[in-house]
Amino acid sequence: MRKIALLVCVVLLLPSFLFAAGEPEEVEPEFPLEIEMWIGLGGALGEEIERMAADFNAMQDEYLVNVVEQGDYAEAMTSAIAAYRAGNPPHILQVYDVGTGTMHGNPEVVYPVYQLMEDYDRPFDTDDVLDQVTAYYSDLDGNMLSFPFNSSTPIFYYNVDAFREAGLDPNDPPETWHDIEEYAEALVGTGNYTAGFTFQWPSWTNMENFSAWHDIPMGTLANGLDGWGTEFVYNIPEHVHHMEALADFADRGLFQYGGRGGDAGPLFTAGDVPMYIASSAAYAGIAESADFEFNASFLPYWPEIIDSPQNSIIGGGSLWVMEGHSDIEYEGVAEFFEYLSSTEVQASWHQFSGYLPITDSAWELTREQGFYDEIPIHNTAIEQITLSEPTDNSRGIRFGNYVQGRSVILDAMEAIFAGDAGAQEALDEAVQRGNALLREFEETVAR
Amino acid sequence: MVTGKSVVFKNKGLPYVLLAPEVALTAVFFIVPAVQALLMAFYREDAFGLSRVFIGLGNFERVLSDVRYVQSIWTTLGFSVAVAVLTMVLALFFASLANNVGKKAIYYQTIIISPYAVAPLVAGVMWFFLMSPAVGVVAYFLRTLGITWNHSIIPWQAFTLVVVASSWQRIAYNFLFYLAGMQMIPDSLLESAAIDGSGPVSRFWRITFPLLSPTTFFLAIVNTIYVFFYTFPVIHTLTEGGPNNSTATMVYRIYRDGFRSLDYGGSSAQSVILMAFVMVFVLIQFRYVERRVYY
Amino acid sequence: MIFDSTPTRVFRHFFLVIGCLIVIVPIYFVFVASTIPLPAIFQRPMPLLPGSEVIQNYYQAIFHGGRGLGGARAIGAGVMLQNSFIMAGGITVAKIVVSLLSTFAIVFFRFPGRSILFWLIFMTLMLPVEVRIVPTYGLVSSLGMLNSYVGLILPLAVSATATFLFKQYFMTIPDQLVEAAKIDGAGPMRFFSYILVPMSRTPIAALVVIQFVYGWNQYLWPLLITTERRFYTVMIGLGRMLNAGDAQADWHIIMAITILSMIPTMLLVLGMQKSFVKGLTEADK
Repeated sequence: MRKIALLVCVVLLLPSFLFAAGEPEEVEPEFPLEIEMWIGLGGALGEEIERMAADFNAMQDEYLVNVVEQGDYAEAMTSAIAAYRAGNPPHILQVYDVGTGTMHGNPEVVYPVYQLMEDYDRPFDTDDVLDQVTAYYSDLDGNMLSFPFNSSTPIFYYNVDAFREAGLDPNDPPETWHDIEEYAEALVGTGNYTAGFTFQWPSWTNMENFSAWHDIPMGTLANGLDGWGTEFVYNIPEHVHHMEALADFADRGLFQYGGRGGDAGPLFTAGDVPMYIASSAAYAGIAESADFEFNASFLPYWPEIIDSPQNSIIGGGSLWVMEGHSDIEYEGVAEFFEYLSSTEVQASWHQFSGYLPITDSAWELTREQGFYDEIPIHNTAIEQITLSEPTDNSRGIRFGNYVQGRSVILDAMEAIFAGDAGAQEALDEAVQRGNALLREFEETVAR
Repeated sequence: MVTGKSVVFKNKGLPYVLLAPEVALTAVFFIVPAVQALLMAFYREDAFGLSRVFIGLGNFERVLSDVRYVQSIWTTLGFSVAVAVLTMVLALFFASLANNVGKKAIYYQTIIISPYAVAPLVAGVMWFFLMSPAVGVVAYFLRTLGITWNHSIIPWQAFTLVVVASSWQRIAYNFLFYLAGMQMIPDSLLESAAIDGSGPVSRFWRITFPLLSPTTFFLAIVNTIYVFFYTFPVIHTLTEGGPNNSTATMVYRIYRDGFRSLDYGGSSAQSVILMAFVMVFVLIQFRYVERRVYY
Repeated sequence: MIFDSTPTRVFRHFFLVIGCLIVIVPIYFVFVASTIPLPAIFQRPMPLLPGSEVIQNYYQAIFHGGRGLGGARAIGAGVMLQNSFIMAGGITVAKIVVSLLSTFAIVFFRFPGRSILFWLIFMTLMLPVEVRIVPTYGLVSSLGMLNSYVGLILPLAVSATATFLFKQYFMTIPDQLVEAAKIDGAGPMRFFSYILVPMSRTPIAALVVIQFVYGWNQYLWPLLITTERRFYTVMIGLGRMLNAGDAQADWHIIMAITILSMIPTMLLVLGMQKSFVKGLTEADK
């Protein structure tokens, strides 16, 4: 009997022993108060955010911002939701563009940023923020619900060495999709490239931004910014035309599909595919791994759809403050946001990452510092996003269940590019599936 | 009824004490969360759990009327069959070769079983690195042979890739069982066949293979369950279910819809459906294993 | 023993060597990639022979990690391997001890509720962690076990594999042994510790391998519950490094950590090969 007693003891004590081993080494002191910030950016960008937090921590001794890299954007969001359900959400959560609808749809969870800054008397000048950014993150009354942090827009990168080799003028990059076709033929003709062009984040670059750039709708009610009753309409002839053209380019070897997300990147950086539509924030990664000269210009457009392009829209992420913490902690969050929105910090983040300067003043400062003379590409992005006064089709998008909604679009695109389905047929099906997701979301948030 | 010994100890309290830790762990970390997860299948809920509406079988209707979900059932079955057949055929082939090389067999065995120790995630990373259209060294050699490799758009290549990556790792396990099975076949049987003039191939088909049929049956079921559950990291790292849903298995969909798309109701309904499938397999296996005890 | 003709023997070895190559070649390329500088990985084709950066790359991997593991506060593969070891070891020990006890009760006793309890345990085979992960997270969080080894271990120590394997093995133990023990006046626990456990060395050895590999390979669960870097396991570290976003992933370091992550489990599987094979194939069939 003693033997069992012993065994049972071992079994029962085993967890507590291990638990003791896993106990945090230091007991949390009163001050500094810890502020948890969960982000979905890894790599060099994640490290830069940690560096910014460390600077803030060094500036004062009341708060300690602890940046946690929670995997990719989707993982960060799921973890935060699980944590919220369990009653201990992070203070600050970075949410990606497609998750924005989910956050907007659940206002109980969110401490709106405009409210936070007001409550704790911190300056937050939304007039200084770029219109395209404000629109993306504001509610129907025009109040900013989240803190715009890493916004980027897709631009057109090209391999300058490859252009020269194919006898193309690198100072005269393609402007229209017809030019792209012509350039791609010349490049593929040299026999050195597996295809002429590729793009990353296929739905973001060739559906969401395609729509804004050509001033055509993706969905009704200003792409959802004006209400949850929005319906997808991206099976209209303009979209069908573009998808059909891409399928044709793929068929002729001019275009190589590189996968979802950022998977296409290595095709460009390894020198296989000399033209590449990608985020302005991809700049640093490309500069680091490409051993050729490259440049960037505006996105291509179809002159038969629009005479001159409208403006592109943003993607990336913003910072949401989650409910469930004490006043004195929120005070720290507000102070941290004030620090993050300062012109110097914004300008330095923009210059490091290639994300857009969120405010006019940060843009101005960067210009004064002569940064764009050095790297004109970063100016390309911001000029493109501010090209014209935004219309209902080019302010931004807000769709519920859009993580799935975007994946529905990607399914359709993949079927079209592989030649498994016609463009009209695939987009029709996608619109139908997408609308079902919108209606489900509408029902869930109607409470 | 669960089989037990016919000769047993008599003690009223002791067995409960002995079972307590296991039952406690199971109840706390399995039953409670599993029941919660399954209940979600009958509710429509927002991501944060703020609103909860009972909708009966609504989630099931929604999931089963989704052609892509039905497609993922077929993908799962096709994937299971492909991995099971490929691994079993190769494992059987290598085991039958290794069974008759005497002492050297241990060297071959050592190498062939080593992928058992490789994590599915690591196998996925490895094959991603080899087959990436941009940096992959294997993809490069395929291209010099005139084969365009781009599993991000060509469904059959994506499917092939997940099958190969999963099988690469899984041959080890099958090999072990086949080799052990062969070593249990009495030499005298094979020797007498050899004396009758049967060659190695004919001996294999006439004697070895039929005698291995219990092993084959066992492996077929175990491999199926393996594919159902444990190939998730391979798909996650290699294809994320694409292109156009062509490699989305049932478990991958559960993960994607629940974990990434935050559709907990739909994801839970899928769990229930998956459980029904697996239960069938497990019951077959269980009956079979139980019966063997009386052999 | 039947002796093959020479052509048959050549045939056997030829194809066995091919089988070994199928296993080795992919690992070899990973190894090569872990010994060269990052830009060399992007050459066409990648170098086919190991490079000269072995020491630098592995030193960096073990002590400093790479991009994705957090700049100045980065942890290296050394810490992550240690965490993986604690987690896998904890799961192995907890699982084996708990299952030995419970299976002993199921097989060697008759008591009301025996069937129900067995099925209760058995059911755990049917729902992998992925399926019940969100509620489990809530539970573990409310128990205050986030970012702790016990939180990493306990939820994964629930699985019927060990119970199942032990049950099959115990059923092959002759009744006479139990009879003899009873005649000698040995109580059940004496029988358990002096006869049953020593006799079960083979399935225990097999389970040490199976459970350790299982624990070592876990990805989703540790991903969710570890937010503090010092609890990262090597699989989480790899996942983090692969998620480079728009920046370039540190492929050479990732490959070095990939190789490092294989070593412990491979040593275990190969070192315990004999008893592992025996335990697995004898008990599980």
